[in-house]
Amino acid sequence: MMITSWISTLGKFFIMLGRAFSKPESFKEYNKAFWRDLDHLGVDSLGIVTIISVFVGAVVTIQTAYNLNDPLIPDYYIAIATRESIILEFSPTIVSLILAGKVGSNIAGTLGSMRVTEQIDALEVMGVNPYSYLILPKIIALVFFNPILISLSMFLGIVGGYVAASFGVVAPQDFIQGLQIEFNSYYVVYALMKTVVFAFLIVSVSAYYGFFVKGGAIEVGINSTKAVVSSSVAIIVANYLLTQLLLV
Amino acid sequence: MIEVNNIKKSFGSTEVIKGISANFKPGETSLIIGSSGAGKTVFLKALVGLHNIDSGEIVYDDRQLGKMDEDERTALRTEMGMVFQGNALFDSLTIEENVSFALNMFSDMSEEEKRDRANFCLKRVNLNNVGHQFPAELSGGMQKRVAIARAISMNPKYLFCDEPNSGLDPKTAIVIDNLLQEITQEFNITTVINTHDMNSVIEIGDSIILIKDGLKAESLAGHRRRYFNHHQ
Repeated sequence: MMITSWISTLGKFFIMLGRAFSKPESFKEYNKAFWRDLDHLGVDSLGIVTIISVFVGAVVTIQTAYNLNDPLIPDYYIAIATRESIILEFSPTIVSLILAGKVGSNIAGTLGSMRVTEQIDALEVMGVNPYSYLILPKIIALVFFNPILISLSMFLGIVGGYVAASFGVVAPQDFIQGLQIEFNSYYVVYALMKTVVFAFLIVSVSAYYGFFVKGGAIEVGINSTKAVVSSSVAIIVANYLLTQLLLV
Repeated sequence: MIEVNNIKKSFGSTEVIKGISANFKPGETSLIIGSSGAGKTVFLKALVGLHNIDSGEIVYDDRQLGKMDEDERTALRTEMGMVFQGNALFDSLTIEENVSFALNMFSDMSEEEKRDRANFCLKRVNLNNVGHQFPAELSGGMQKRVAIARAISMNPKYLFCDEPNSGLDPKTAIVIDNLLQEITQEFNITTVINTHDMNSVIEIGDSIILIKDGLKAESLAGHRRRYFNHHQ
């Protein structure tokens, strides 16, 4: 019974995606929707990403310094560990998980409200493909903007680490030296590839839960929570698979 | 002209529409009445294709809804307008953007022509200087009129209204009824209205269908006033 339900959900999800990736009725209107979604989902997330990245970068530096407190280990190793932690895992994965909460609940809540107030039905009666009009611009917007957000997060995380180091944790020149030692640019490529997949998962999974709400306000809330949980689980699973595929 | 032939619709094991046939003519206001849960909304949503029917056929001027492909269905829908029970206005768009939404999607008009058309539709429902406002800033009656303006923006051949008077005071309900009847006659639209407002039945119903337990229990055609005067 549970397997049947799971297969049915997966089937419905892929049918939704198939309809979302169809030819727009008006490129001009879809373009407007893209910029609106870019603003709501991407630009509006800059604040939270900035704050979290700076502070987590600082904390990672302090904790690493605390754990590597050994006279045989050079201080610049603290910067290397901070850099790798931020680039490989914190910025792409943890920030995407935070965005799954912020952006995912926004998408599921908006689409769910549109469903229960018959706005999605109104689009359909007008002849507009609601899957495509409501989901496609959001997918493109976040897939485009998430790598920018994550790149910013990497930079700010390292800045946070540097600031923490400046307060006596590590000598700033050691920190700068550590950032440059054994830098592997492929790690950045790997991280950005992950963020593209995560962005797609956040929007598509959340849109699914919003689009197929049945009932009223309570169900919209329930489905928003399900959207955040499911997209977070999808990110964690995808993170493992992509790491296995791209790094091993 | 819309012809409905013996349509049936079930949800799971519950048969909601058990075989209804009806004809809806251009220039006429056809009312569907019945108690709550009788199947009126399901019937109306089946007519516009929001619910796929299990059997029977719905024919729009010799075009069978069930046999249309996606493009044909989209083309048909540009000939439809629908007023939803809760108005279903897009709350992130202004009133003018709501009314010109379908024009922006499907018409080749210039920006100025679209703005003129939106303003014409708003004036037709007696709304002035509200184009820049958002739906939440308007009263229920005004929102209903915006919904009607949006529904007629594409010059529809078919207009569907689901409980257009619900939540409105009797005075505003009469205004909405008269507006729907005027628009139907003025633009020769095939109008189908779901209602349980008996005043609407008396005042604007050119033909009336009573749905009871998913079946057509009664059908009245001809001049409404003559019928009701006779029975009074």
